[in-house]
Amino acid sequence: MTYIAKPRMHHPTLEVNKVGYTRRDYEGKISTLCAGCGHDSISAAIIQACWELDIEPHRVAKLSGIGCSSKTPDYFLGASHGFNTVHGRMPSVLTGANLANRSLLYLGVSGDGDSASIGLGQFAHAMRRGVRMAYIVENNGVYGLTKGQFSATADSGSKSKKGVVNSDSPVDLVAMALQLGATYVGRGFSGNKEQLVPLIKGAMAHGGAAFIDVISPCVAFNNHPGSTKSYDYIREHNEAVSRIDFISERSEIKAEYAPGEVVDVRQHDGSLLRLRSLHADYDPTDRYAAMAFMQQHQARGEVLTGLLYVDPLATDLHTALNTSDKPLNTLEAGQLCPGSQVLEKINASLR
Amino acid sequence: MNARVPIPTIQAVNDFVVKFANVNGSGSASANELFAKAILRMGVPVSPRNIFPSNIQGLPTWYEVRVTEQGWLGRRGGVDMMVAMNPQTWDADIAEITPGGYLFYDSTRPLPPSKFRDDIHVIGMPLTEICNAVYSDPRQRQLFKNIVYVGALSVLLEIEPEVVEKLFGEQYKGKEKLLASNVQALHLGRDFAKEHLKWPLGIRVRRADRVGDSIFVDGNSAAALGCVYGGATVAAWYPITPSSSVAEAFQKYCGKYRVDPATGQNAYAIVQAEDEIASIGMVVGAGWNGARAFTATSGPGVSLMTEFIGLAYFAEIPVTIINVQRGGPSTGMPTRTQQADVLSCAYASHGDTRHVLLFPEDPHECFEHAACALDLADRLQTPVFLMTDLDIGMNQRLCRPFAWDDAKAYDKGKVMTAEELEAGKDFGRYKDVDGDGIPWRTLPGTHPTKGSYFTRGTTRDPYARYSERGPDYIYNMERLLRKFRTAATLVPQPVVQVAATPTRLGVIYFGSTSPAMQEALHALATQGVHVDAMRLRAFPFPDSVREFIDVHEQVFVVEQNRDAQMRSLLVNELEADPGKLVKVLHYDGTPITARFITGAILGHVGEKVQ
Repeated sequence: MTYIAKPRMHHPTLEVNKVGYTRRDYEGKISTLCAGCGHDSISAAIIQACWELDIEPHRVAKLSGIGCSSKTPDYFLGASHGFNTVHGRMPSVLTGANLANRSLLYLGVSGDGDSASIGLGQFAHAMRRGVRMAYIVENNGVYGLTKGQFSATADSGSKSKKGVVNSDSPVDLVAMALQLGATYVGRGFSGNKEQLVPLIKGAMAHGGAAFIDVISPCVAFNNHPGSTKSYDYIREHNEAVSRIDFISERSEIKAEYAPGEVVDVRQHDGSLLRLRSLHADYDPTDRYAAMAFMQQHQARGEVLTGLLYVDPLATDLHTALNTSDKPLNTLEAGQLCPGSQVLEKINASLR
Repeated sequence: MNARVPIPTIQAVNDFVVKFANVNGSGSASANELFAKAILRMGVPVSPRNIFPSNIQGLPTWYEVRVTEQGWLGRRGGVDMMVAMNPQTWDADIAEITPGGYLFYDSTRPLPPSKFRDDIHVIGMPLTEICNAVYSDPRQRQLFKNIVYVGALSVLLEIEPEVVEKLFGEQYKGKEKLLASNVQALHLGRDFAKEHLKWPLGIRVRRADRVGDSIFVDGNSAAALGCVYGGATVAAWYPITPSSSVAEAFQKYCGKYRVDPATGQNAYAIVQAEDEIASIGMVVGAGWNGARAFTATSGPGVSLMTEFIGLAYFAEIPVTIINVQRGGPSTGMPTRTQQADVLSCAYASHGDTRHVLLFPEDPHECFEHAACALDLADRLQTPVFLMTDLDIGMNQRLCRPFAWDDAKAYDKGKVMTAEELEAGKDFGRYKDVDGDGIPWRTLPGTHPTKGSYFTRGTTRDPYARYSERGPDYIYNMERLLRKFRTAATLVPQPVVQVAATPTRLGVIYFGSTSPAMQEALHALATQGVHVDAMRLRAFPFPDSVREFIDVHEQVFVVEQNRDAQMRSLLVNELEADPGKLVKVLHYDGTPITARFITGAILGHVGEKVQ
């Protein structure tokens, strides 16, 4: 019900972050999604993460494709410019926007229909290119907005609400992201905010292409027995590889741990990901080990969640293209136009 | 030849057509270009055209050079001299020579008399034998053979060798060995010709002063340079014939002119995307975020882009698309020219859409219109197409030099600033405040609490709030029409050429038809047929186009596609009387000629007289 305006005032003692904003300042409009939709939890996690990161809301650009998940940018960061693009093509628009102004933070929100079917190509190439972004897929195994068709992430053998069995193999976006060179890859669950918020924080602080696949059950069409993306199924099969604390560069490190209990990963911007390992043999900085680990555990029916891989020093497309530090959209004729004298020389060379 | 039968001889100074038939990938392209440039440097206009196959190596390629003191740069039709270097296409090449014309070929291996004609002058030179005697490396033998024949031609046609040597000097500056060997090859050819061949031929070159300060450049390079001057910072593209060289030229020019001398950083970003959809998506994202962005493609690419074009139209985002048109439909004729995308671009995407099209006539206008397109896209907040074609894009054309006014500022259009927002200025993203149909926009990251909105392809109210209410939708759609009417006043206006005597006949044309049209108008006038001419330079059409049609009894609409697309656009947009608009259609993939236009108009006029 986006026509109902949210009241702007808030409780006077609502906590303020380091840039002077309360959590309310990171909210958007009221959600029109179904009650109990996983996506709303993800929106709440995004709000929490941005507030905790001391990001100024208007310095984020939020882009999405088409689908239930792609509607959600309207429900968070109301002070940010948003762009609901076309189905499956958010990555290219995000890339172009990023090229125009490297000083903003880019949040791409998509769904499994948007990114694993029509958008599979653009998803893949955005990962390959290393565009600096936090790309979140809100994954429920179905096309919610068009009423319940299987998506490409639906597991083989899983059942639709009407009892139809899916015979196609699923697309595993996390495995693809790893294979294609994404430098921050995680999986979350909308029902586990404690894990999701630091995952998102790490992604937004990351220097390269960050991808998080968030299982987000669709209460309307895919939350029944036989679904492998339901609340029940995920709770039963969730295998977290680590617990994550995200510590921004300006915060103190609070707790001490015995050696071997944590893996500390410091990112380019100085922020720290402290990963309390739940699996002794899991190394989140080894891409190929992560891929192998995932295949083995997923074959056993486990849904691996957490920060699966990170290259803390990853750089992005701007670095590769050596673009000016000053955003391209701020450059003026003085830096862009060679002028009439140069043109005369060019003319002379063409005679 | 042993024929004593008298054959005609084509005699012409500075007015003839030489066609080179080569195998592509053999190094002939640079030798042939050298030939053309040498004549140019003698002050005689030339108009060369590449005719190349959709392949990389081994298939036939032709280079047709029209030498024209009068400056008629359109394709003429007919061949006065064939330099037949490709056995594969021999028969067709020989058949193309006008009776009385000349055949130049490699006589190393003898050919039976049946391979020749008895109404042409045959000039044989044992090129392979000459080269094999002097060069031992097979690559050198192949490459220098081309320079040797240029040398021979320079004698036959009286092209000054000093001019050719000067060109070598410029091309191989700093590479002394290459310079010396090329000069040597040139004289190898010249010496043989002087000693063994009859020269000069009936067709020959005389120094003149008809080039002036014209430049010689291809349209794609010109468009790319226009994008640099016009302030484009983001380019996303996907390779497709014949537009790839736009992006490549942009890369080259940016490498030279857009690198900050202090930091070494690039004031540009070019991405070769994974397909045309991603290309246009990046352009949309960059345009949304306030950077001037463009893509270059051809017909098939535009087809892929149409969904995004519709989004840019309805969400009102600046986007520049360079369409170097080629033969359609489908994969069509990738290496042949056509003006086949007029309707598909004017009305690209589903629903009620209309887009701004610019029609440059030559490389000079490619430069000017590319920069203009970037301004128009920002001002109008809409897609703008630069409609060129393979003929302009991939051939070097003699044209007026590029010009730039240093006092000219970029027109970034209506972008609201943080100060204006802070001062409380009312901001409705899709609201018409100035009456011209163009709303104000804000860029991401401008103000902490004001000015943000959601961009999407769905319908909305003037404040960008989602709305399915009929009146909101109608307001929006009517405003877009108002904006398009404003566009008609801002785009390059048509150019009218009034005939020497008052006439009831008119002709409308656009783009690469122009050099052939100039020549045709001249030829028609000498035959007493006077026609007023209007060259369209853009769509939407200003009122002057309707007026032009109104004051003439018959208006020929000359274009290079099968379905008379521009004529349809005129009828549809201006409600022009179709009975008045006579189609003149040339669409076989070759550039239109003056002969074709003249023949069509005379034929029609003749019919009417009867």
